[in-house]
Amino acid sequence: MYTYSEFDHDFLKTRNAQFRAQVERRISGALTEDEFKPLRLMNGLYLQLHAYMLRVAIPYGTLNSAQMRQLADISERWDKGYGHFTTRQNIQFNWPRLRDVPDMLDALAEVGMHAIQTSGNCVRNVTADHFAGASADEIADPRPVAELLRQWSTDHPEFQFLPRKFKIAITGSPNDRAVTRAHDIGLRMVRQGDAQGFEVIVGGGLGRTPVIGKVISDFVPEQDLLPYIEAILSTYNSFGRRDNKYKARIKIMVNELGLDEVRARVDRRFATLRAEWSGADRAILRDLRESFAPPAFRTAPTEGYDVAYRHDPVFRSFADTNLAAHRHPDYAIVTISLKAHGATPGDATAEQMRLMADLAAQYGHDELRISHEQNVILPHVHKSDLPHIHAALQSAGLATANIGLISDIIACPGMDYCALATARSIPVAQEIAQAFRARELDIGAMKIKISGCINACGHHHVGHIGILGLDRAGVENYQITLGGDGTETAALGERAGPGFAYDQIVPAIDRLICAYLDLRVDAQESFIAAFRRLGPKPFKDALYQTGGRADAA
Amino acid sequence: MSRDFAPSVLTANDLFEGDVVYFTATGDWSRQHTDALLFTDQQEAAEALAAAQAQPERFVGPYLALAHSGLNGPEPAHFREAFRARGPSNYRHGKQPMGMC
Ligand code: HEM
Ligand code: SF4
Repeated sequence: MYTYSEFDHDFLKTRNAQFRAQVERRISGALTEDEFKPLRLMNGLYLQLHAYMLRVAIPYGTLNSAQMRQLADISERWDKGYGHFTTRQNIQFNWPRLRDVPDMLDALAEVGMHAIQTSGNCVRNVTADHFAGASADEIADPRPVAELLRQWSTDHPEFQFLPRKFKIAITGSPNDRAVTRAHDIGLRMVRQGDAQGFEVIVGGGLGRTPVIGKVISDFVPEQDLLPYIEAILSTYNSFGRRDNKYKARIKIMVNELGLDEVRARVDRRFATLRAEWSGADRAILRDLRESFAPPAFRTAPTEGYDVAYRHDPVFRSFADTNLAAHRHPDYAIVTISLKAHGATPGDATAEQMRLMADLAAQYGHDELRISHEQNVILPHVHKSDLPHIHAALQSAGLATANIGLISDIIACPGMDYCALATARSIPVAQEIAQAFRARELDIGAMKIKISGCINACGHHHVGHIGILGLDRAGVENYQITLGGDGTETAALGERAGPGFAYDQIVPAIDRLICAYLDLRVDAQESFIAAFRRLGPKPFKDALYQTGGRADAA
Repeated sequence: MSRDFAPSVLTANDLFEGDVVYFTATGDWSRQHTDALLFTDQQEAAEALAAAQAQPERFVGPYLALAHSGLNGPEPAHFREAFRARGPSNYRHGKQPMGMC
């Protein structure tokens, strides 16, 4: 893992000292809220519905056990003993007091963490495949490149005031677990012969105008990546709209100018930048690759795992749903579900964070990941350790075997916390998880994603079933989209029809699921496969119960 | 009461805690919606709002929120204000322990 240099530490120290002084001036009344707001947002501090919220970056979702423990300590000392992991691989603390935030930032800095660029119209936390460096299906570990992008974009003088926030995601695997097609820039590592390079996708994004990103270049060689990305950002900075915040994202620029025109402008800019480029990033990337070198994998028998798998059905079901194939055959990737039935998606208590940190330290080469699906991952675990890990997880309520199932729901904070929300998300997720608990293995692979407003922080557009909470004449109302997909076969869900009242949303999902169970060819055909085979009609009929009436007519 | 003014309470976020506060009949601020003063006069409401805006060292973003009178005091007219008054649904970390739910 990358460790901060002296320079990084000094930078954070100076920055935190500045913010401490700004907070003091706000409290004394020397700064008004209008003056203070941009300063606090630059340090990840929002004011939400019931309290302040501090958003902390977890670069490309990677952290070590000391960092996870520090997050636990912070949550206990200055918050209410838990944290909320988000779809952008960040953590949010929902209840800090203004006075305490400088101390929280200092505590973060002690372990090389911060809240810089977690808000504002700049390059946000670079996100990556949460199985990076571990997965069997990977071409290369994308994190050295993600770290390079982070270093290049942090405090980059030209890109602190872009037309709008800017999000970059990167995957090193053909199986896209980073939703690259729904980002301003999506990067997919590809090889051409011996050359390592990137497919560059541009102009994806969710929110008010959801767009699946388009391929602007199918191969940018690795040595050209930074100048090429700089060319895209600089083109966007010059030509992106600033007159209307809803039209300021790069996706609108790509739509208005056309992909070919954008490509031509980027190429022109790239030609200039490339010629001026020093190439210093090459050496940095080489060093970064070393700091992300795979751990020393252990050779040991795996019978313990096989025995537990054969004899313990609870362990077996955990292994079947929560493990993924590791590049080393004796190892596994463990996804720890933060979606216990009825719990708030993405929340972990201090105690749970500490337990996960302990497991990472003891069994996981000191690495943890946060996934955009709001779960935690132990990327490198020897199979013989899995029974102990499972037992430890059980003791902390972290052994829910539901990864990829209907209760593994992404939900944004919605109206329970968020000042922008138009309806609640969390209780809807909680109710759906409870309602389908008994049937979820039969239902199989299913992605439900819920947002509390059109900003789509809960990724509802790319959910197999997406749920969007709205305000209809002063009551909560939920619109359903069908057929979305956030992977390499990315697609936007289609709106099914009129929304449902709060107490009608679970029954509506129930009708949808029953229709799917009736219509599928067999238990192997997933919801999304059935939807693609049959189209939306039978599912809409089920949602609105029009099938029966149409037959009778 | 002015013709086009609907009854409202004056609310803001407390600068230090960030939590929701309401202007009361005694000219003080309370954390409970039921303690709020229900303005029926537009002029009075506007004056109270201006006074709150003039205290940036105590409040953030004061505004008037529609409400109606209930059995125990003013009640929020919109569900967003109801959630602000009560706290989040998932934990009793907001005002629920004060008996607001
Ligand atoms: C303080 C709370 C939050 C605020 C004020 C906020 C604000 C916003 C806004 C305004 C947008 C739309 C931007 C645009 O399209 O121009 C957005 C999008 C988004 N936010 Fe949030 N958000 C919040 C919390 C979260 C949380 C908790 C998550 C993850 C669970 C999240 C993840 C995202 C994602 C993934 C998008 C996707 C759309 C995109 O950028 O293309 N946000 N957010
Ligand atoms: S989708 Fe809307 S409600 Fe949900 S976190 Fe984003 S801004 Fe808030």
